[in-house]
Amino acid sequence: MYAVFKRELFSLLNSLMAYITIGVFLLATGLLLWFFPDSSIPDYGYAELGSFFNLVPFLFIFLIPAISMRAFAEERREGTYMLLAIRPLTELQIILAKYLACLSLVVVALLPTLVYYFSVYKLGSPAGNIDSAVVAGSYVGLLLLGSAFVSVGILASSLAKNQVVAFALAAFICFLVYMGLDAAAKIFSMQWIEGLLNGLSVNEHYQSISRGVIDTRDLVYFFSFNVFFLAWTSFVLKGRKW
Amino acid sequence: MSIKVNALSKSYGKQKAIDNISFEASPGRILGFLGPNGAGKSTTMKILSAYLSADAGEAVICGLGIRDNALEIKKRIGYLPEHTPLYVDMYVKEFLAFVAESYGLKGIDLKVKEVITKVGLEAEQFKKISMLSKGYKQRVGLAQAIIHDPQVLILDEPTSGLDPNQLLEIRSLIRNLGQNKTVILSTHIMQEVEAICDDVVIISKGKLVAVSSLQELREKHRNSSLEEIFRKLTA
Ligand SMILES: Nc1ncnc2c1ncn2[C@@H]1O[C@H](COP(=O)(O)OP(=O)(O)OP(=O)(O)O)[C@@H](O)[C@H]1O
Ligand SMILES: [Mg+2]
Repeated sequence: MYAVFKRELFSLLNSLMAYITIGVFLLATGLLLWFFPDSSIPDYGYAELGSFFNLVPFLFIFLIPAISMRAFAEERREGTYMLLAIRPLTELQIILAKYLACLSLVVVALLPTLVYYFSVYKLGSPAGNIDSAVVAGSYVGLLLLGSAFVSVGILASSLAKNQVVAFALAAFICFLVYMGLDAAAKIFSMQWIEGLLNGLSVNEHYQSISRGVIDTRDLVYFFSFNVFFLAWTSFVLKGRKW
Repeated sequence: MSIKVNALSKSYGKQKAIDNISFEASPGRILGFLGPNGAGKSTTMKILSAYLSADAGEAVICGLGIRDNALEIKKRIGYLPEHTPLYVDMYVKEFLAFVAESYGLKGIDLKVKEVITKVGLEAEQFKKISMLSKGYKQRVGLAQAIIHDPQVLILDEPTSGLDPNQLLEIRSLIRNLGQNKTVILSTHIMQEVEAICDDVVIISKGKLVAVSSLQELREKHRNSSLEEIFRKLTA
C-alpha cells in the first residue's frame, strides 16, 4: 500500500493541477488577510485569523475536488487501474493510498499558512496576543474538514467517467454537506429535524472544533464521515465493469 | 493442472461476453487462446487474473478458487493486459520498482535489474516510459508481469504491433518462460501459434469451439493450414 501511496503523491506533485491549486489557495488567503479592505489585518486593525478560518472551507469546496478528481477517473480513462487491481492489494488499500496522498497535498497547502499565524503573533499588541488554542483547534478543524472533503472527492472520482464530472460532483456534494444541511436546518421549525440536520452538518462540527475545544463527538463525526464515503467508494469499485 | 476453468460465464449488461467456457492449462506448456475480435478472450483473461469477477462458473488457479482467494492468486499470476497500460509519467526503473514493491518483494533493486536484463531493456532503462517505442513499452509490460516470478502467466496479445525482430525476440522470451510456468497467451497471428504454442483453445462469440493440443488439431484437420482451421471453426 505504501508503494501506491508514494506513486500517487509523486504523480500529484508532478501535475500542474496541484501547483495551480495550492497557488490559488495561498493567493486567495493571502489577499484576504493582507489586502482586502474588509478583512485584511492592516485595515481591520485586529490581529486575528478568524476571517482566514472562515474563508478556507469555501476554498476547500473547490480546491480539494480539483486535487482528488484524478484519483480514479484518470486511471479509468487511461486503463491503468488494472496496474493496481491485479496486484495483491485490496480495494481498501488502494483507496486509502489515494486518499492519504490527496490529504498529504492538503497538508502541504496548509503548511505555508502557518506564516500567517506567526505574523499575527508578532503583530499583536502586545506581541503574542492571539488565542493560540483557538488557532490550533481551527487547524485541526481544517484538517478534519479537508479529510472529509477528500473522501467525498475520492468517491466522486470513482463514480465519474471523466475528471470534470468528478470535480463538479465532488464540489457539489462538499457544498451540500458544508452549507446545504445548515441552510436546510433553518427551514424546519421542528426541533428534532433541525437538530438532526445540524448534527449532520460539516460546518457545525467544524465550528465546534474551531472554538479550540476538541470534543470526541466531533471527532467521531468526522471519522464516520470519512468511513462512510470511503466504504461507498469501495462498494463502487467492487461493482465496477471497467 | 495449474489452471482449471470450469463453465465460466460473464455478461456486460445484456450481452454475453463469454458463455460456459471450460479448459485447462498445465505447467511447462504454452496455451494459445484464439478467437475472432470480440470473442471474449480478453474478458476471460481479466477474470483469470482476478481483475473482473465471473457471473457464473469457477476458475481454479494453482489449486485455489478465484472467488475466495483473489489476493493469494494475484501473487502467483503475472498478467500482461491488452493494450499494455503503463504509468507513462514514470521512468522504466522507477515503475518496475513500484511494481516490485506492490508485490511486497524483497531486494527490489536486484529484482528490477534482473528483469530488465531478462526482457532486454538495458538500453532503455533510464528513459521515461512515455518516450519508449511500442516494442519497448511492450517489454516493460512483460517485465511487470514476470518480476515476481509467477507460476502462471497470462499474456493478452503480447506481440501485437511489434516489428519482425522484436517479434522473434519476445517469442523466444515467452518460450523460455513457458518452460517452467503455465502460460496462456492470446494472439491473432497463426504463425505465432505454430511457433510457440503446445495447446490451443478457440472461442467464438463467447462460446468454446475447440480445445486440444496443437498436434491433435492438425491431425483432425489434415491438409488444412491453421488459418483455414481457424476460419472453419469460427465462421
Ligand atoms: N467493459 C465492457 N463493457 C461492455 N462490453 C464489453 C466490455 N468489455 C468487452 N465488452 C464486450 O464483450 C465482448 C468480448 O470482448 P473481449 O474484449 O473479451 O474480446 P476479445 O476476444 O478480447 O477481442 P479482441 O480480439 O478484439 O481483443 C465484446 O463484444 C465486447 O464488445
Ligand atoms: Mg482482446
